[in-house]
Amino acid sequence: MPAHTPRRILPGFNLSLGFTLVYLSLIVLIPLSATFLKSADLSLAEFWALVTSPRVLASYRITFGASLAAATLNAGFGLVVAWVLVRYSFPGKRLVDAIVDLPFALPTAVAGIALASLYASNGWIGRLLAPLGIKVAYTELGVLVALTFIGLPFVVRTLQPVLEELEPELEEAADTLGATRWQTLRRVVFPELLPALITGFALSFARALGEYGSVVFISGNMPMRTEITPLLIIAKLEQFDYRGATALAVVMLVASFLLLLLINTLQRWSNWRHRAAA
Amino acid sequence: MAAATTSRLARPAVLAGPRLHRDPVWLRRTLIGLALAFLALFLLLPLAAVFAEALRRGLGAYFAAFHDADALAAIRLTFLATAIAVPANLLFGVAAAWAIAKFEFPGKSVLLTLIDLPFAVSPVISGLIYVLIFGAQGWIGPWLIEHDLKVIFATPGIVLATTFVTFPFVARELIPLMQSQGNDEELAALTLGASGWQIFRRVTLPNIKWGLLYGVILCNARAMGEFGAVSVVSGHIRGETNTIPLHVEILYNEYNFVAAFAVASLLALLALLTLVLKSIVEWRARRTASESSS
Repeated sequence: MPAHTPRRILPGFNLSLGFTLVYLSLIVLIPLSATFLKSADLSLAEFWALVTSPRVLASYRITFGASLAAATLNAGFGLVVAWVLVRYSFPGKRLVDAIVDLPFALPTAVAGIALASLYASNGWIGRLLAPLGIKVAYTELGVLVALTFIGLPFVVRTLQPVLEELEPELEEAADTLGATRWQTLRRVVFPELLPALITGFALSFARALGEYGSVVFISGNMPMRTEITPLLIIAKLEQFDYRGATALAVVMLVASFLLLLLINTLQRWSNWRHRAAA
Repeated sequence: MAAATTSRLARPAVLAGPRLHRDPVWLRRTLIGLALAFLALFLLLPLAAVFAEALRRGLGAYFAAFHDADALAAIRLTFLATAIAVPANLLFGVAAAWAIAKFEFPGKSVLLTLIDLPFAVSPVISGLIYVLIFGAQGWIGPWLIEHDLKVIFATPGIVLATTFVTFPFVARELIPLMQSQGNDEELAALTLGASGWQIFRRVTLPNIKWGLLYGVILCNARAMGEFGAVSVVSGHIRGETNTIPLHVEILYNEYNFVAAFAVASLLALLALLTLVLKSIVEWRARRTASESSS
């Protein structure tokens, strides 16, 4: 913990805070508030009509639905990956650990065209699925695949530190008291991991909601079916429908801010549990 | 929002000890197999597909994709935007971390949340906000047209959008690091008569160099690869306002797949380089941390 030092003895407080606030305002705060102010040009009825038209509602369904499904998939597999990386040793483990961050490092457009070519009917994976009657590229499943890719590291990276710091004594105590391995995992280990798991899930979900680059190539962008909300914003911009684009952006921003708030609360809960246990 | 999970510097590496190997062999093998299969399907295959598609027609066709004025212009523009956005956000990150970690002031936690905002915003909206200000119908759009200045559909817009999406990277890395280090060393230097700049350069900088580098690596990767935000402000003028990812999109939509994947492979190589550098920095930072604690 930082030592409790007297206030502002070190130099540079005014300069550093001043620069921080000016830069933050110019790059982030003023432009973001412009969106909200611009949407104030609309009457409430106009705004409501814009954000609840059938095509827009369909875009929420696919965006929220696929994001939720992708985050769930990532929560399940992310738990397995984190567990394996922390608890077991196997050859190439460090390499596997490093590659988990690939979705952070690989530009979304590259991921998008790569996934589209893999899952197209003549692609490496699409070719295997086609005889089974499963189509992924240019369907809702394609959106799910892209969103799973970009959300993959979040659950793994939030769970790893918690798993690493989990006291082995806890499990040993449960074992000594006669619990089966499954009971120990379910009653002792899992509750400890739950806050981090939910945080990772929420981070993955939030990232998926706004995602654009990796989705547009594989989704086929069919209105009413696979057209995600960020794409609809771009479509409206390209038709110079700034009011429509702004109204949708406000809906998305409010959803993101609520999620950010939720995530901050979750992380505080997670830290608090962590400290209480230590 | 990536920041919540990218800070991997501060914690020590914990190796799985033998006492943790209590799960039966079949379970261990099943879980390892499941994890590896999932990662191979979702991470390795897409990466391999990029290079396979790029080299489908041989090396000649691969390199031909780069003998193209538009591709070179896109590469130049990407480097230019990155060369402005990364140092700007580096400067901001250091200033914000100095203010937040070294001093107490009201509203600090609000400031921390605000710094994180760009991670919570969809890339598309990150571009849109600048269109609403600088676009022809935006706040100061008419004034810009009067003075024959262009921000949207021009380089300044691309630089702004890139700066926005990479805004928190360095700050998010440095703030927790500098908070955990406290002020003792800086205060000692101050007592010994060092100036503010000397304190920063001789005391703080050596302590935060790995965190700084880490933030810059992540910031750079995102700056070069950003697609959605830049796409909104670019206007897609070939040879003028296309960055590398936007050039990939154009080639792909023209069914020029080999060239699209060839240019994309540049970005994939950049991603791999980023992962390697990131791992090296993580390793060095841990070693430094364990040396100073022992």
